[in-house]
Amino acid sequence: MTTKRLLAATLVAALTCLPALAETVKVGVVGPFSGPFSGSFGEPFRQGIETYVAMNGQPADGIEVEFIYRDLQSPDPGRARALAQELVARDGVQYLAGFVFTPNAIAAAGISAQAKIPTVIFNASASAVVSQSPYYVRTSNTLPQVSVPTAQNALDKGYTTVVTAVSDYGPGVDAETSFVKAFTEGGGEVLESIRMPLSTTDFGPYLQSIQLKKPDALFVFLPYGPPTFSFVNAYRDNGLDDAGIAFVGTSETQEVDLQSLGEAAIGLETGYFYSAAHESAENDAFKAKLAELYPDAEPNPATVSAFDGTHALYEMIRATGGEADPDGAIAAIAGASWESPRGPISIDPKTRDIVQNVYIRVVEQEENGRLVNREIKTFEAQPDYGAAQ
Amino acid sequence: MFSLIASILIDGIAYGLVLFMVSVGLTVTLGLMRFVNLAHGTFAMIGGYAAATAITALGLPYGLALICAALAAGAIAYGLEIALIRRLYHRPELDQVLLTIGLVFMGIALSGMMFGNSLVPVRLPEFLRGATDLGFRQVPTQRFVPLVLGLATLIGIWLLFERTRFGIRLRATVDNPRAAGELGINTRHIYAAAFAIGAALAGLGGVAGAELLPVEPYYPLKYLVLFLAVVAVGGPGNMLGSFVAALLLGTVETAGKYLAPDFATIALYALMLLVLSWRPEGLFRRTSKT
Repeated sequence: MTTKRLLAATLVAALTCLPALAETVKVGVVGPFSGPFSGSFGEPFRQGIETYVAMNGQPADGIEVEFIYRDLQSPDPGRARALAQELVARDGVQYLAGFVFTPNAIAAAGISAQAKIPTVIFNASASAVVSQSPYYVRTSNTLPQVSVPTAQNALDKGYTTVVTAVSDYGPGVDAETSFVKAFTEGGGEVLESIRMPLSTTDFGPYLQSIQLKKPDALFVFLPYGPPTFSFVNAYRDNGLDDAGIAFVGTSETQEVDLQSLGEAAIGLETGYFYSAAHESAENDAFKAKLAELYPDAEPNPATVSAFDGTHALYEMIRATGGEADPDGAIAAIAGASWESPRGPISIDPKTRDIVQNVYIRVVEQEENGRLVNREIKTFEAQPDYGAAQ
Repeated sequence: MFSLIASILIDGIAYGLVLFMVSVGLTVTLGLMRFVNLAHGTFAMIGGYAAATAITALGLPYGLALICAALAAGAIAYGLEIALIRRLYHRPELDQVLLTIGLVFMGIALSGMMFGNSLVPVRLPEFLRGATDLGFRQVPTQRFVPLVLGLATLIGIWLLFERTRFGIRLRATVDNPRAAGELGINTRHIYAAAFAIGAALAGLGGVAGAELLPVEPYYPLKYLVLFLAVVAVGGPGNMLGSFVAALLLGTVETAGKYLAPDFATIALYALMLLVLSWRPEGLFRRTSKT
């Protein structure tokens, strides 16, 4: 259906502007388009790109963008490097984009640096990623970027003691480290830091032992999907909310999971960079177009990261007139700022990493029964605290 | 101190019963029928999806949804047994592994297509939500579902296998198929029925355990080791063995979470290692009755 329409559009475009033959700029997108992460990342990536293209057309007259999607299901550095190389050498892409997992993004950095391929990171959120190649730009977030304001908010709310419970993997440890640092520097006390194995299914015992320590709040970081679902239910069912232990999270209530969390999620407070309930004309336009193209899609942080990533690609393509000029492209995007569906964002001219607002949100139920992340407080223009250290 | 031990026992038993519910069917197929069924989790997942659909789309109450789950898993398993699985009973284990792991991948792809790649919650009725106060602590009310179902399953299976004509025929069939066949027992029918019962129990388990093991396309692959661990430690083919093994594994892992959070998963595997090096056949070996 879409390919047919695309074909028709290309044909019409080709016929109407016959003299100036359109130049094609190829962009290779690497992400999990099948497998267990396709629902939370691969599909949102594609939806974000397609939504941006549908809203903005082609970057300029005579320049056409072609997105080449390559499937990379899981953290697999060798394959990430091979895919990036293949896209550059065989498909002749001028730009790379995507990358969900940090190890994959780091593995592809060599290709980006050597072949001078400007690359927009749509997710991989370890601080170190962008510094790996001078041609890397990021439009998602870093863990310190969201954890530090979240810790600040916990201090502002008067919590003095906290237990942290994170999944025992790279991002979980990063989130724990930056939260603990910010919270203790602000005068708070961390009673215990628990790292739970990724394969944990029953969180009840962890929550019971946390309850015995009676902290003011519980800081959490878990991967999307099943662990978040089980943890949030266990938090309610073990009575931690009744015991007055506040839930302090980051990405746990993001839109892709929110509806399936159900009533257990109501009242949870998290600090993150995008809420589908963000009130702005840009977000409304984005959501309307997304709903038109993909009626079942949830506007998710990953969708917006890909949407803004596509904007970054367009800016670079426009600035270089579609020619291969990697340094010109990076110069054009470094320091750029624009209004995203998530709010105002910019690309740091030095680090090429994103600077954005972090919102404290609380889960509320709307009249139609749907759950939303209602923004209640804004920490403006947050940098990546991980890089500054 | 008392409350810590009590907490470990309560959480451990509740978790163990969930493990028992999701793996009891596997001990029928793997232990009794000696069919290496790696697709066991697929039937648990089918049960979960059936119950979730029955509750959200059809508005059925939770009890009926449980029955739907068992029926759906059992019926699909019955069809698969007739179409595919019965052809492999006499083939080497490797063939059985290849077929069932293929079924797992087909199950993942199909459920992803039909229900999406994110998890599907099985909505609980009002009276099962939230926490129940035990005086010194609270427990999730939902845990009473696997408690009741687990004990009922244990008794039901025991009655079915030891006290009914079907049970006698099944035991005869698995112990000596040829002799059983010559005595006029329809062994093909018995095998199909036993396979379907195993799957139906998995379906029930999928729903009862959905709070801890949420229903999603990768369910069958993610928790496969857990199911196999319970059956292996308990002794394949022995219901009571699976029951004891599930409680033991659940309690040990839970104790690990309370006492040494970073080593909780290792505790589970260390226990497996110990039990299986002491008794390679599992805690309770199934012996043929003569």
